[in-house]
Amino acid sequence: MKIQRSDVQHVAELARLRFDEEELERFTKQLNDILTFMEKLNELDTFHVPPTTHAMELSNVFRQDRIRESLLQEQALANAPRSAQGSFQVPRVIE
Amino acid sequence: MTMELYLLTIHEARDLLDRKEIRAQELTEAVLQRIEALEPRIHAYVTLTPEEAMEQARLADQRIQRGESRPLLGIPLALKDLLCTKGVKTTCCSKILENFVPPYDATVVKRLRDEGAVFLGKTNMDEFAMGSSTEHSAFGPTRNPWDLERIPGGSSGGSAAAVSADECLGALGSDTGGSIRQPAACCGIVGLKPTYGRVSRYGLVAFASSLDQIGPMTKDVEDCALLLQAIAGHDPLDSTSVPTPVPDYRSFLREDLTGMRIGRVEDLPHEGVNPSVLKAVEESVKILVSLGAEEIPVRLPHYAYGIACYYLVAPAEASSNLARYDGVKYGFRCGESEGLLEMYLCSRSLGFGTEVKRRIMLGTYALSAGYYEAYYKKACQVRTLLIQDFREAFEQCDVIALPTAPTAAFRLGEKLDDPLQMYLSDLFTIPVNMAGLPGISIPCGFDEQGLPLGLQLVAGHFQEGNLLRAAYAFESASGLRHRRPPL
Repeated sequence: MKIQRSDVQHVAELARLRFDEEELERFTKQLNDILTFMEKLNELDTFHVPPTTHAMELSNVFRQDRIRESLLQEQALANAPRSAQGSFQVPRVIE
Repeated sequence: MTMELYLLTIHEARDLLDRKEIRAQELTEAVLQRIEALEPRIHAYVTLTPEEAMEQARLADQRIQRGESRPLLGIPLALKDLLCTKGVKTTCCSKILENFVPPYDATVVKRLRDEGAVFLGKTNMDEFAMGSSTEHSAFGPTRNPWDLERIPGGSSGGSAAAVSADECLGALGSDTGGSIRQPAACCGIVGLKPTYGRVSRYGLVAFASSLDQIGPMTKDVEDCALLLQAIAGHDPLDSTSVPTPVPDYRSFLREDLTGMRIGRVEDLPHEGVNPSVLKAVEESVKILVSLGAEEIPVRLPHYAYGIACYYLVAPAEASSNLARYDGVKYGFRCGESEGLLEMYLCSRSLGFGTEVKRRIMLGTYALSAGYYEAYYKKACQVRTLLIQDFREAFEQCDVIALPTAPTAAFRLGEKLDDPLQMYLSDLFTIPVNMAGLPGISIPCGFDEQGLPLGLQLVAGHFQEGNLLRAAYAFESASGLRHRRPPL
């Protein structure tokens, strides 16, 4: 087994996801199958190979710091599940 | 005549519109009627905007009356439901964005709008573009017009089915690991994934940002060139879009391939690949050679590692991108009465579907302390090897010929419970995204069950012109242009 049920539980917490018992069981099996398949990559010696995170070589892209048209406050809030006084409303964070 | 107008390609409709033989309103009405007739069986669309479409068509007719002619003016198109459309719901076919109405247009949408295109609606897809069958849509699957018991491919399955069934004249899809090309192959249409950076991703809901590209899905190659022309080019709003000049793509559409070197891959992975697929590609290379191209044997020795590489890199990027869905600024929210953490857990657990959760988990795991080196970094190193393979191959040839998918469209439900089997459908398309290269899928025949097969052509960065040239010549010579499903 590449990962145990407890690892899956831990990763779920990191990802802010929650699973019931049955899902936890299924995910543990499926993630094991998938990670076992990934083992294939270890057939390759990559010790001296640099990693690529982006296929195109682009250096930093800058623009002028000019004021542009942007969303109105009401547009920005239009999709909020809850808003009040021009702000996004969330549950109390600090007790 | 009105009833048959939906059968037109974009360039055919353009000629008739410019000659004032038809009006954009008639054309749009015909396509809307076609949609109404077929949607109960196909389910290509998740949102239809018939009133807006008729209004856009009316405005297009006015512009045409004034003598204006633009390639897409008055042409009814469909948009994959992860492209932001101002004032029109954009859901990514996820419950978490079920009611999201973007306050702005994606750059590609804005460009088409300025061209005077008519938007029919938003097409179905795998949730957040994660899937190869469109079965992972929160709103139910799309069916393949060639066989209603089969998948249309994915994730741009709605766009592919809509084009194939003449429920639009053309569509936009997006491709992270094959999501334009594979459904194009499954539905017997043309689909092109441009070079990474050729088309702006601004307003495309992000899945894996180093791989995602938007591209055209059309009835034939000429339409593909037209639609690509309209969306390609630099955009200051996407810092990964590249300022390389955009050529006139239609100028590449010639029926002769003299001087073109076609790479035939000698060491193609063939495990799980239907022999009829390999045979169709072999025959296709012969056709390309008969048109004047030279066949060059090339090797891509790391190709078979693409899937393992991709299913670490893409979920890693996705797990980071999808962290934004927290129930605060937009999207589904629940559990707020129990506090902030409970709100995150509840909103995300009920909002995301199973495949999306599976990939977030995989990505989070691959990036987590202790596993980063073994999984994510390893995959990024293998990505370098895949890129080197292509670089060496393109020193010897201009275009590489490959299958698009290992099999024709499979049955609905066939791979739904086995995620790894589903991932294997992307065998031939994934390395192209890893290297940021352009690729096109064009119909190249049928399997023993009469289901369409796709030929994939791949070229070097910004060589879309070469792809279109080879594809156009092939399409003319093969007699497979715009074949229709028996609906």
